[in-house]
Amino acid sequence: MIDFSPAEKSVAIEQITRPSLSYWQDAWQRLKKNTRAIISLYIIVFIAFFTLFGPFLWQVDPALQDLNQVSQAPALPKQALLSAAYIQWQRIVIQDFPAEPDSYRDQVYAPKSLRLINMATTQGVRLSWNPVVGAGGYNIYRNERYPEGFNDLGLPLGSTYAGNEIGYEDRLGLEPLTYYYSVVPTDGFDEYEVYSVLTVTPQLTITVDEAKARNLVSDTARPGDVISLEFHPLGTDYLGRDMLARLMEGARVSLFIGIFAPLFFVLFGIAYGGFAGYFGGRLDAVLMRFADFVVALPFLLFMILFKIAFGVGPGESGIIPMLIALVLLSWPATARLVRGQVLQIREQGYIEAARLLGGRDHYLIFRHIIPNTMGVILVTLTFAVPAAIFTEAFLSFIGMGVVPPTPSWGSMCNEGVKTMLSHPHELIFPALLISITVLAFNLLGDGFTEALDSRLRSRE
Amino acid sequence: MLIYTLKRLVAGVITVWFIATATFIAMHQVPGDPLMNDKAVSDVIRQNLEQRYGLDKPVSQQYLIFLSNMLPPDPDFGISFTQQNRRVNDIIKDHFPVSAILGLLAITFATLGGILFGALTAIYRNRLPDFIIMFLVILGISVPSFVFAALGQLLLVNVNALIGYSFIPVAGWGTLMHMLMPSLVLGLGTMALLTRLMRSSMLEVVNEDYIKTARAKGLSPIRIFLKHQLRNAILPVITILGPQIAAITTGGFVVEFVFAIPGLGRYFIQAVQQLDYTVIMGTTVFYGAFLVLMVITVDVLYGFIDPRVRLK
Amino acid sequence: MRLILAAQLLSVTFCCYGQVAATSVDYATQTITHALTEEPPQLNSMKATDQVSVEILGHVMEGLVRYDRRGNITPGVAERWEVTDSSATFWLRRNAKWSDGKPVTAHDFIFAWQNALDPKTASEYAFILYALKNAEAINQGELPTSALGVTASDDYTLIVTLERPIGYFIKLTAFTTYYPVRRDFYESRGTRYAADAKELIYNGAFTISEWVHSASLNMAKNPHYWDKNSITLNAINIDYITADSRAHLNLFIDGKIAHTGLDGETYKDALTQKLRINSFSTGSIFFLEYNHRPGRATSNINIRKAIQHVFDPAEMVNRVLATPGNLPGKSLFPVWVKGVSVRFRDEYPPPTATIDLNKAKQYLSDARAELKDIPPLVLLVSDSPIASKQAEYVQGLLLSKLGLKIVVDKQTFKQRLAKMSSGDFDIVGAGWGPDFDDVMTFGDLFASWNLNNRGRYTNPEYDRLVRVAMDSTVPKVRMDAMGELQQILFDDAVLLPQYEQGIIYLQHPKLKGVTRRVFGPDPDFTYARVVK
Repeated sequence: MIDFSPAEKSVAIEQITRPSLSYWQDAWQRLKKNTRAIISLYIIVFIAFFTLFGPFLWQVDPALQDLNQVSQAPALPKQALLSAAYIQWQRIVIQDFPAEPDSYRDQVYAPKSLRLINMATTQGVRLSWNPVVGAGGYNIYRNERYPEGFNDLGLPLGSTYAGNEIGYEDRLGLEPLTYYYSVVPTDGFDEYEVYSVLTVTPQLTITVDEAKARNLVSDTARPGDVISLEFHPLGTDYLGRDMLARLMEGARVSLFIGIFAPLFFVLFGIAYGGFAGYFGGRLDAVLMRFADFVVALPFLLFMILFKIAFGVGPGESGIIPMLIALVLLSWPATARLVRGQVLQIREQGYIEAARLLGGRDHYLIFRHIIPNTMGVILVTLTFAVPAAIFTEAFLSFIGMGVVPPTPSWGSMCNEGVKTMLSHPHELIFPALLISITVLAFNLLGDGFTEALDSRLRSRE
Repeated sequence: MLIYTLKRLVAGVITVWFIATATFIAMHQVPGDPLMNDKAVSDVIRQNLEQRYGLDKPVSQQYLIFLSNMLPPDPDFGISFTQQNRRVNDIIKDHFPVSAILGLLAITFATLGGILFGALTAIYRNRLPDFIIMFLVILGISVPSFVFAALGQLLLVNVNALIGYSFIPVAGWGTLMHMLMPSLVLGLGTMALLTRLMRSSMLEVVNEDYIKTARAKGLSPIRIFLKHQLRNAILPVITILGPQIAAITTGGFVVEFVFAIPGLGRYFIQAVQQLDYTVIMGTTVFYGAFLVLMVITVDVLYGFIDPRVRLK
Repeated sequence: MRLILAAQLLSVTFCCYGQVAATSVDYATQTITHALTEEPPQLNSMKATDQVSVEILGHVMEGLVRYDRRGNITPGVAERWEVTDSSATFWLRRNAKWSDGKPVTAHDFIFAWQNALDPKTASEYAFILYALKNAEAINQGELPTSALGVTASDDYTLIVTLERPIGYFIKLTAFTTYYPVRRDFYESRGTRYAADAKELIYNGAFTISEWVHSASLNMAKNPHYWDKNSITLNAINIDYITADSRAHLNLFIDGKIAHTGLDGETYKDALTQKLRINSFSTGSIFFLEYNHRPGRATSNINIRKAIQHVFDPAEMVNRVLATPGNLPGKSLFPVWVKGVSVRFRDEYPPPTATIDLNKAKQYLSDARAELKDIPPLVLLVSDSPIASKQAEYVQGLLLSKLGLKIVVDKQTFKQRLAKMSSGDFDIVGAGWGPDFDDVMTFGDLFASWNLNNRGRYTNPEYDRLVRVAMDSTVPKVRMDAMGELQQILFDDAVLLPQYEQGIIYLQHPKLKGVTRRVFGPDPDFTYARVVK
């Protein structure tokens, strides 16, 4: 007649449904759910890989200049014609024609039979024309489209200063494009408003000697052969240096500053702030007053002042002075933050408990206090990285960045912004890398903030 | 309250002294000779120049002379080395107002934009407007300012060419029109920062009890948004304004350079390059004093605005 | 000061910057607007040294003589003159006036010259007055300023005693330091002289009507100028001051300025905009200067010869600088320098090194044998972008061709100068712009006594040749000496000429009569006009 029977013992009432998680495991789990943060993490890993191992995969010297391919946009390897060594151009002066006209005329005819002498190559384009009666000289122009009128002749390449000097050699930054050359007669000083136009498309060439020096051909190569020039997948810069190699090299500088400067000042800040916060009292007051002084220094002004006060010796890249200046000026913010945290944690019950159980100072600091400030510190660190990268870029802008030939993303950006219309790739690639890196660290920082936030933890 | 302000002011004076000393030491560490120029000069001329700027005295004495000249009520920073007939005081007086106005406009842009966009993203959380604005914000914090300045100017040129009339000037200083683009560019970074901050602070506030209470009371959503949500979310945004004002007023150099604005930032950069001792000292100490004053003012005012903050 | 500032903040900014927004050229009012790269740092003519100050001063001041459009000397304040080996006499025009209506007299010149030479003034350009009797001694503080060899026999006759015969004295008097300064005005302004528009008095074609520092500088036609009928422009407004070349181009495209320089970065955009580009040769020569101090690797001639045989100025000009107008450097003397009757370059063709890698390597191995070990050479450059670019090129070239290691030492302006004068470099990127129209403006640069000879090159034969050219007024003797000197510069590889600087610029098609020149104010808008 017993209505009730005892419950079976085998049922585990107090079973733990979820495995016990430490603070960090828990944070990591939440971070993993944050897609943006995880993508950012992958990007950061990729950029680190790009920086550290890229140069082994793409073994091109970032300082090697290729003056045959200056400011080239990204493209497939180019074919070039081998040519013999350059022969000095002899000016064309005809003796039986007056150098200066006897009288100045109101108008003259445009130069007749403007023609090419030799083949037009990127080593040189040589022009000649028939002398113009009444001319005391000629101006030579070059344009990249057909001139629409006298005011649209293009680049003023140069002048001859005699009516009987009827030739000109153009070697100015020639590319395998179609050029429109114009010749305008002058009275030796002012131009007559007439001109003749010649269309020329120079052949991309490289001298045999240079090709050999660059290891592009074997010893048997001779003029007339067609060869492939060096391949630059992301194009080249203003001295024909490989952009991909320079971006990898530049990443080392930018990320070095971006990661080590925050790391150092955060470490120093932790030590300083932790020390002040834990011991408190008068020591705390003195230390923090000093930190307040440093905080009050106008950042950019002192950054510049310190940077040049430390000086850069010959051959140095100037990264170390920049790093020191950044650390010297940035630590107080972290120190204040850590001190605030420590003051808060010091009063917490578990610290008191640990102390009652006999925990010593260093045990309390390393076991309890520092781990509990790590969250805040990690967030500070991720946000400090973009700031440091930007500071380096700004210094490059005012000419106080890294010393050439060392590239940095900031200095490449600064070079690129000047030619952003004619050679956009020189701006876009470094700017893109800065943006992606800065963005990744920012989003990761956001991710950390959310993952480490105890209030969010309790809500789930 | 009064005691608190006085205390802060005394600390501020000491801070300014610290800034002046740090600048003086750093400046004299810079290798190079401020009196040297392109054309080499004879020893006699050099001695005369040294005398004029007091560089013939020992450095410690120069420091004391500088400090005594800097004392109120009439601080005097001396004569510029590069513009030999202009006093540094005049340079500051002529050019600081320009930087200040530019900075003020930039911070206004940044704050208004930041609060507006931040609120919008929070309202449209995880919907299209949120993504679009956040994308722009990301651009704002991840592109160096000199790139923005160049792009902004280019945009003006093209817009003006398109409408065939120079509507907004591409550079220069004078009218409000001149100030639009430079202050926008200058404020962009801060605006992005504030937007992010505003967004997260709005999202935090949404779950607070007083919002739930307000909702339960049956208040209209607009009233809840304006009266409770926005007002409380703005507070943390205002706290970081102090340091941001500092960053903007000193960081205006890029914009001043690109937009041909006669601000003080250009003078500092030029002074460092030219090793113009008096201008370096003058601008740094002045900026330092200005920032210290700003921070004190913001803190004191904050006590008035937010009743929860009790100043001791 | 701070409190007043706060009050003034708004009023100041809005009251003084209101007039901007004119168009670049205006036919009806004959007004033009343009931009400067920097604010003129010194408008005191006795002390001005830089290009921008000289440009402005050239519009608002006038010396005894001036350069005309084609670079020839024409009368200025002096109506006529007479120069002998020992003296010069200038007869001043009676209608030359200051902008307050008072006449320009011989005493104004005497005051300016004495004051510029006074060691207390500490003028860096005082040396250009050393042609006058006792000038150098006065400048060294050995004689009082009253001992200067210049007197006024009456208000309008200026008599100059020369230190030694000097063939180009008349050309010197066109220089900024020779401009007149009026004593009573100067003394009434004290240290503020030339600090603002009101602190300066003018005797040139224009006056400064308004000057807002770093923002604008407006010039208006001077109603008291003696030759005002030749002046067409009523106003020259400078409304923008910035060194950013892209901002200049953008302002030009936007129709805000009528004249602007271009550089390697902006000229392609100007071409796309279909703008007419002009070029002009500044007459300056840029070169690499070696450190000849004993103990430096570069004091070894074989190293210098090796570099001479691999460095191709043409490649630098065409592929690295890649802007039109620059000419490959051939010698210390640029192409425009005048010889006996035609160009110096044509009379004394400069010796040039062939680009020969084998020869260069031979020289280098000789150098290695002599020096045992060549340390990396320090290349000192300024922090300008163009200087960095050139340094990178030289560094890459010497490493790839000769295996010669170069370390770049990039320094800000003053630090570079300090290192240059203390000799803390092996090679330094340098340039020299001419001060006056004579071969000597370049010739004495490497004389052992010249303070600007930063590499401390010393060669008695070089010094002797400079003295020969200085002490003679016979053109043939002087030019022969300079011809020999040019040979020494090459044989000793004293310097490595890089390029003769050319610049390209844009000018509004309606703006005519602008003069570009090697000496004096450049660009010169004095005789410019706006056409319909």
